[in-house]
Amino acid sequence: MISNLELIPGKRISKHLGLVQGSTVRSKHVGRDFMAGLKNIFGGELKGYTELLQDAREEAVARMVEQASSIGANAVLNVRFSTSSITSGAAELFAYGSAVVME
Amino acid sequence: MLGIITFLVLLALGYGFGQWFERSHYRSILEREQELKDLLIIQSKIIPPPFSSGHETFLVDGSVVISVDYFKQFVAGLRNFVGGRVTPYETLLDRARREAILRMKEEAKASGADVILNVKYEMCSIYKGRRNSIGSVEALAYGTAFLPIKTMPVVER
Repeated sequence: MISNLELIPGKRISKHLGLVQGSTVRSKHVGRDFMAGLKNIFGGELKGYTELLQDAREEAVARMVEQASSIGANAVLNVRFSTSSITSGAAELFAYGSAVVME
Repeated sequence: MLGIITFLVLLALGYGFGQWFERSHYRSILEREQELKDLLIIQSKIIPPPFSSGHETFLVDGSVVISVDYFKQFVAGLRNFVGGRVTPYETLLDRARREAILRMKEEAKASGADVILNVKYEMCSIYKGRRNSIGSVEALAYGTAFLPIKTMPVVER
């Protein structure tokens, strides 16, 4: 269970297991960069990038969940996302939260 | 000479397509905001009493990457000399945020949620344009959706 609240209705936290995190760095292939260059003239949505970042974010969350379950947690609370562009060709997606055991 | 012509053509293309994209995007945003206005967002970490039991929670998110056009970049460049409001970028960021919220709401609505709590925004410039100006921005919105648990009807004996 993942939530960005500090509690889940109707459940009690029985144990805190500390911070868990997951991250991934993705870069775009040349074709997509070329399209982005074109779009910078015309404006509009970059669907390819939207999907790419969405996929990457899902992977970051999956890694966070994997880490949480490896230490015996069954929920991650107070999840936050952060995106940063490292160079103009790559972006890092990062997710972190507090791993807990729920009753 | 050729340089000036290319520049003017790019500026005209940017202005034409950019304005057209922006207008049609705003139309679709207003339409969908009207459609989704019943799905409330409560900006609180404390769960309001009506939702504190009988609900399942899950994380919902929505994101969009929007690109500036050549005209906007040019105007923003000019603005850098004199300072003041950079209106072309204001509308760009506004569109990105509202689109992200709408996508999040659409995801929540598709699974039957009735409220979203504690929404957070995240903004990132992911592609640099000319002279390190903003090229494309990503807007992300995420929150916790509350889904009412369907209770089985009690069979009376």
